[in-house]
Amino acid sequence: MSIEILMPALSPTMEEGTLAKWLVAPGDQVRSGDLLAEIETDKATMEVEAVDEGVVAELLVEAGTDGVKVNAIIAVLAEDGEDPAALIGKSEKPAATEDIASAPPVAASEAKPAAVDAALASPPPVAAQTEFSGRGTRIKASPLARRIAKIEGVTLEGLKGSGPHGRIIKQDVLAAVAEGRNKTGSASAVQTAPQSLIQPQILDDRIYAPDSYELVALDGMRRTVAKRLTESFMQVPHFPLNTDVKLDRLLDARRVINAAAPDGVKISVNDMLIKASALALMAEPDCNSSYTDNGIAFHKSAYISVAVAVDGGLITPVIRHAEAKGLAEIATEMKDLAERARSRSLKPEEFMGGTFSISNLGMFGIKSFGSIINPPEGMILSVGAGERRPVIGPDDELIAATMMSLTLTCDHRVIGGAEGARWLAAFKRFVETPESMLL
Amino acid sequence: MSDFDLIIIGSGPGGYVGAIRASQLGMKTAIVEKESLGGICLNWGCIPTKALLRSAEVLHLAKNAKKFGVKIGLVDFDLEAVVKRSRGVASQLSKGVNHLMKKNKITVLKGAADIEPGKSAPKVNVTAANGEKTSYQAKNVILATGARARSIPSIGLEPDGKLIWTYREAMVPDATPKRLLVIGSGAIGIEFASFYNELGSDVTVVEAVERILPAEDAEIAAFARKDFEKQGITIHTGAKVSGLQPGSDSVEATISVDGVTKTEIFDRVILAIGIVGNTEGIGLEKVGLEADRGHLNVDGFGRTGVPGLFAIGDLTGGPWLAHKASHEAIICVEGIAGSNHSHPFDASNVPGCTYSHPQVASVGLTEERAQQLGRPIKVGQFPFVGNGKAIALGAGDGLVKTIFDAETGELLGAHMVGAEVTELIQGYVIARQGELTEQDLMETIFPHPTLSEMMHESVLAAEGRALHI
Repeated sequence: MSIEILMPALSPTMEEGTLAKWLVAPGDQVRSGDLLAEIETDKATMEVEAVDEGVVAELLVEAGTDGVKVNAIIAVLAEDGEDPAALIGKSEKPAATEDIASAPPVAASEAKPAAVDAALASPPPVAAQTEFSGRGTRIKASPLARRIAKIEGVTLEGLKGSGPHGRIIKQDVLAAVAEGRNKTGSASAVQTAPQSLIQPQILDDRIYAPDSYELVALDGMRRTVAKRLTESFMQVPHFPLNTDVKLDRLLDARRVINAAAPDGVKISVNDMLIKASALALMAEPDCNSSYTDNGIAFHKSAYISVAVAVDGGLITPVIRHAEAKGLAEIATEMKDLAERARSRSLKPEEFMGGTFSISNLGMFGIKSFGSIINPPEGMILSVGAGERRPVIGPDDELIAATMMSLTLTCDHRVIGGAEGARWLAAFKRFVETPESMLL
Repeated sequence: MSDFDLIIIGSGPGGYVGAIRASQLGMKTAIVEKESLGGICLNWGCIPTKALLRSAEVLHLAKNAKKFGVKIGLVDFDLEAVVKRSRGVASQLSKGVNHLMKKNKITVLKGAADIEPGKSAPKVNVTAANGEKTSYQAKNVILATGARARSIPSIGLEPDGKLIWTYREAMVPDATPKRLLVIGSGAIGIEFASFYNELGSDVTVVEAVERILPAEDAEIAAFARKDFEKQGITIHTGAKVSGLQPGSDSVEATISVDGVTKTEIFDRVILAIGIVGNTEGIGLEKVGLEADRGHLNVDGFGRTGVPGLFAIGDLTGGPWLAHKASHEAIICVEGIAGSNHSHPFDASNVPGCTYSHPQVASVGLTEERAQQLGRPIKVGQFPFVGNGKAIALGAGDGLVKTIFDAETGELLGAHMVGAEVTELIQGYVIARQGELTEQDLMETIFPHPTLSEMMHESVLAAEGRALHI
């Protein structure tokens, strides 16, 4: 028996990915644990390991192919004693998503053998006419789901099934109906509502001559950043709140802490802001929330996403349970996550699942800015540069202080102006009185 | 360090099934039980009552042997032997559970358990019979403490273990009561009414709502009622017992029927007025939970809101059925193991069975409830008298009823009364789980001659296509 290598799902939500690079070639002997290929998804590059032993018979997907569906066969291994050459061409090549999307949806009536409609005109039983379409093309759906889809005018193609083995069941079709997805006849059957509002964006050759620029293909990260941020900006009703905080006591505290810290541990201002954010979320738990159609999810713990600029995009590794972690732990973890983010070797669970984000452009001298919400998180804090500014002192005198401007962008579906303001007040308290973080 | 990956408190059909599944998924599992393994179901519920009802059935057949051309002399029964057989069946199965625990390397902790706040999940304290207390920490804890008979002491509806019984005493009688009052006509009440009636007791059933078997389809319940009354059971619906006055060896009951209050003397009374969860003494309050009208609220995966703490089965509310508990246990344990494909618990696919004579079984919506959906429905009915096998069995009384959404063909509900229907209902449960439409059921081949052909005919009848009527 040949062994089929399938496109792995690197995260629970992954539906497709790019086969970036093959690390084996036909004829290579592989052993369990050997690396076969690099897969690029959402925001990470991951390696596919061999589970079985064998000889690579055929690679079915070319390196660099985008939109390879999860569970598509990407390669075939010959087992011991099997002739690899004999297996070539035996497995169906997976279609890339683009191909599926552009194919016209087959109407249910066309799929039926013609004879059935014509009241069984008694044709002799020639060869068995039943044709089993190839692996992966048959749509698995319950009879009830099929009937409801027909009544409601929904196509099953591209619908995700939540039943056993991905079978489409009644509730999947009803969900599609409720969300207005997968309407029969619509060319962009697989698209969701907000996506269908997004116009295609290409450069017009008449305005931008093709030789006047270089076109670099989108990689998984760029694609995801573009899609997620566009969706966020379009569908989240967001509003900003601005304030300034005085940084001098936090800087003093940082000096003292770093002087006493063990070798190799250096706490940054950002690490302290992560901790202060987490504690502010605990102090104002209403703000640690996500909007969902089923209700508002109040997160019990503060998972802080920290925006890290990387070559070719942006990624937000997550410090989990930041409210319970000490500064040294946060600093060490952040250093490791940032390094691995830059080498694109974060695991999906390390950059997913945050409940709140921080984006800090202070090191670039940015005074103040507003970030786009990172859904489903309810808030994102934009941190500007700390700078010496003249401020009015307690007795109306002019004094010099280190000030920092903050913008808190909130999802108005879960956080009102008053809640956001309360959170900023709590955050400010922790930053301006850093000792209170010890409480 | 955790002592276990999972501790389950209670070894009924929810607890022990969950423990086996957890062990299959590679979890180091313990189960806590203060009495016998298997819980109420095996020891004082489903199983021993089925043994009693089997004796009643044999007695019924023997009494009617002449109809089948079989001559039997004097037909009598030995109550002590009947009860002894029932207890033997229960004990055999409890030992079976013990064996299953061993086979699956599940640690059985004997004693009463309570929880208190712990690390990732609550800590479990087990107090053994000798008072010795041991604490265990697990990564996850499932409460499966079950339920017990409800009582209403304020109007005397409270068991005394002697004259006023719950299911527990009713299962081990030392004599057949001459006059028996059964309060409540749910599955438990009706099964005991049927059993004692067969044994010769003069049985009266009092039900507060307007019909017996309130959870069942009205037409099926009315059919069953007629049959029970024909067998000599007195049934008062829309009636109330407002007082029980125990004497030395009898009870005076105050019963209001149709606005008329009267007193009547019974030898024994069985309370079957519902079930309340065993929420007390297990430390719920220590982890910040409280019981809500006798049960603990959970979501479709058994989550309680306390990290690492889950609850399943009767403790979490109705339907109070063993297979509901087992099913919830599987969903809950698989959820803990991190499988994300399973759907939350859906009560509409839980079949209900009453093992009286005749039997009653159902799944899904009653006709009344289906009408309330406001969608067009189609209803099919087929009587036992049109089925060859039923006639051959001498069991021509019964009805199979199916309810479909007229447009989508979804099987909304199926309801049956008659011989062996508790064994038949699963066919319709599979049809609902697999989302088969009326078309699929009509195209299905049912073997002949079987009672199951009526399931086919009822579906055909919904389309006006029944063959044998």
